[in-house]
Amino acid sequence: MSGPSQYQPQNAVLKWVERRLPIGGLIHSSFIGYPTPRNLNYWWTFGAILSMMLGVQIVTGIILAMHYTPHADLAFKSVEAIVRDVNYGWLLRYLHSNGASMFFIAVYIHMFRGLYYGSYKEPREVLWILGVIIYLLMMATGFMGYVLPWGQMSFWGATVITNLFSAIPYVGDSIVTLLWGGYAVGNPTLNRFFSLHYLLPFVIAGVVVLHVWALHVVGQNNPAGVEPQTEKDTVPFTPYATIKDSFGMTCFLVFFAWFVFYTPNYLGDPDNYIPANPGVTPAEIVPEWYYLPFYAILRSIPNKLAGVVAMFSAILVLAFLPWLDGAKVRSARYRPLARQFFWIFVVVCLGLGYLGSKPPQGIYVVAGRILTAYYFFHFLILLPILSRVEKARPVPNSIADDVLGKAGALKAVGSAIVVLAAAGLLLIGGVSQSRAEEETPPTLSWSFAGPFGKFDQGQIQRGLKVYKEVCSNCHSLNYIAFRNLADAGGPGYSEEQAAALASTYKIKDGPNETGDMFERPGRPADYFPAPFANEQQARVANGGAAPPDLSLMAKARGYDRGFPTFIFDLVTQFQEKGPNYIAALLQGFEENPPADFKLPDGSYYNKYFPGHSIKMPKPLSDGQVTYDDGAPQTVQQYAADVAAFLMWTAEPKLEARKKLGLQVMIFLIILAGLLYFTKKKVWADAH
Amino acid sequence: MTTSTSAEHSRRDFLYVATGAVAAVGTVAAIWPLVSQMNPDASTIAAGAPIEVDLAPIAEGQAIKVFWRSKPIYIMNRTKKQIEEARAVAVSSLPDPQSDQARVKEGHDQWLVVIGICTHLGCIPIAHEGSYDGFFCPCHGSQYDSSGRIRQGPAPANLAVPPYSFASDTRIKIG
Repeated sequence: MSGPSQYQPQNAVLKWVERRLPIGGLIHSSFIGYPTPRNLNYWWTFGAILSMMLGVQIVTGIILAMHYTPHADLAFKSVEAIVRDVNYGWLLRYLHSNGASMFFIAVYIHMFRGLYYGSYKEPREVLWILGVIIYLLMMATGFMGYVLPWGQMSFWGATVITNLFSAIPYVGDSIVTLLWGGYAVGNPTLNRFFSLHYLLPFVIAGVVVLHVWALHVVGQNNPAGVEPQTEKDTVPFTPYATIKDSFGMTCFLVFFAWFVFYTPNYLGDPDNYIPANPGVTPAEIVPEWYYLPFYAILRSIPNKLAGVVAMFSAILVLAFLPWLDGAKVRSARYRPLARQFFWIFVVVCLGLGYLGSKPPQGIYVVAGRILTAYYFFHFLILLPILSRVEKARPVPNSIADDVLGKAGALKAVGSAIVVLAAAGLLLIGGVSQSRAEEETPPTLSWSFAGPFGKFDQGQIQRGLKVYKEVCSNCHSLNYIAFRNLADAGGPGYSEEQAAALASTYKIKDGPNETGDMFERPGRPADYFPAPFANEQQARVANGGAAPPDLSLMAKARGYDRGFPTFIFDLVTQFQEKGPNYIAALLQGFEENPPADFKLPDGSYYNKYFPGHSIKMPKPLSDGQVTYDDGAPQTVQQYAADVAAFLMWTAEPKLEARKKLGLQVMIFLIILAGLLYFTKKKVWADAH
Repeated sequence: MTTSTSAEHSRRDFLYVATGAVAAVGTVAAIWPLVSQMNPDASTIAAGAPIEVDLAPIAEGQAIKVFWRSKPIYIMNRTKKQIEEARAVAVSSLPDPQSDQARVKEGHDQWLVVIGICTHLGCIPIAHEGSYDGFFCPCHGSQYDSSGRIRQGPAPANLAVPPYSFASDTRIKIG
């Protein structure tokens, strides 16, 4: 397709360079003169979107690495320091963590587009296989990146995934030890994962170059699935594809920005805001959403080795697709049966993803097995048979013909909507089977909710008072320094007030010239001192359960909102599970547990605590803390105030985030509008 | 294309320029946080708060080194002789002319407080060494006098005096 370059530089310097290194010609033939089919639809912009996301991940990743410490004792802390202290650190971190999800959303759309339009077929087999390799590399990179914050899910995800290799007969255990660099996942594992996580994106970039090279040799597929024959079938990449891709990328950025600025923790797991603890496994280990379908396949098979083999086969089978589907007609547009089975397959994948997030019991196991069987049936049996028996509808003679006889564009969108609705109904059916066992915390109204939410300074100040007078007797607040009390978007104290509060605390410092530790009054730069010297002391003083640090509590606790509420939560920007839970827990103590509940000695009954048996006695009672702003001195008010305070300690940049988010959104929407009209103008003479 | 009027042309050109301009503004704005993150973070800035130093243990003729904002600060209790030497030299003859009085606090003339970083290339000069009863930098041979002023060698400027004040006769606050 890209024959000898048409590039003829006029400038003498460029001519001089071009004769020695024809880089101008390479760029010209790849991104300017490159002929692109004129009938491409917007699903084709996801190639450009993926390149953009790779760039975003590499740039934000390199910056995060400037501040991150890959050490088991410091990694979690350094991530918090990035978010709290580094200029725009919260932005860079949320861009990177949500960017991974966006990368996968885009790659799944890109892959399903390839499946639908038969982009893997002759002569694009190598192009497709390179894509599968990129996808595998992305999965490895994403997994290792998720380990780096060294939270509970990082640690236990790393444990579970590395243990997959122990299924290999004879050498499995040795391989796992090799991966760990120790007797379990630990500091050596974290160090090497950091190194590899830095390396792999550049490997991906290298394979992307091969992918694009292969693409430019065989040319792009197109919705009609017929090869371009004449000049009339194609348009030059610039300006036509460039402007269309720019519009697509900007729209995608709007979607991306929604997550980053308004629901940055929607796709994450609250457990990952708890520092890694090798002694406690979280109640449910769930991988990042983009691995869920494969996780469901793994769990569906009741044999360790077979499960691992099935999981990897589910990805590898894609590489053989060009030979499994032998149909000559590429585009599913002209294959009525294949098109229907394609949408069924999409639903099956979504279903597997949903099941991967559910506990492996009851109906979920059965459904998982059925869908796993269907997944392989689709590739190994259905597609080979279909390609032999199906009678395809006539394909257009040329791309130009396809453009003239346009009708099917809306149909594809229509069927996508129908399929998603069907999948939704299916899921509702699945969910109604499972009943709510635990009482979920009531949803309170918070001043910091929604796109324009702000902390109520009075409430944060009252919450701080409750923390100081009650909670701080047992709970630390390790990530909050006294100086933070004077930060913008916080409780609104002046620097003098923060310094005055700090000086009421005794801070251990030293050693001095004689080598002794000493106590001195606190300074603004000091952190709230912990009530206990170490975890063991905290444990002994509290009946065997160490009171957790409260800094991140409002992000480290959540509960299941169920389907379809969890989807609406994305639209309504619901991010307040943590504060709801904290407020409910503080009010959820009951003197008399239900008759059939056996309360262990030294424990208390709490309606909202998972398992209901909590070691913390009811901490608050009416009138316990004196408010001087006239707010009611009730447990209900105390609970709400301290929950709001803890939301601020967990997300101190919330106000800055929402403010910048509004500016970014407005900008992106204006840019998208301008690009849309520019695109229309540019394409006006091509149609 | 051939039928399009010049009005249409200029409208189209305006659209192209507007789109390009908005995109360019966005690109520049996006670079800002990527650069800004390299500046000292909030915890570093907070740790650079003023420090207090007790002068009582420093005998006449002694110097101590303390750290403020990760920089070594020399606090020197100068002898009469050192002060006299520093004040005897003609200010105009110095490479970086500055009187000794301008480099110490009035009424506390024996106390010299300077940032112990050679103004040549950042090494730490050694106190009480060199030919001027002051500081000598072993890296490239710069010599500072008992007022911390450059007298000889490649350094272009006097040792800097940090912001400080006397909280009492025996305590200073640096920063």
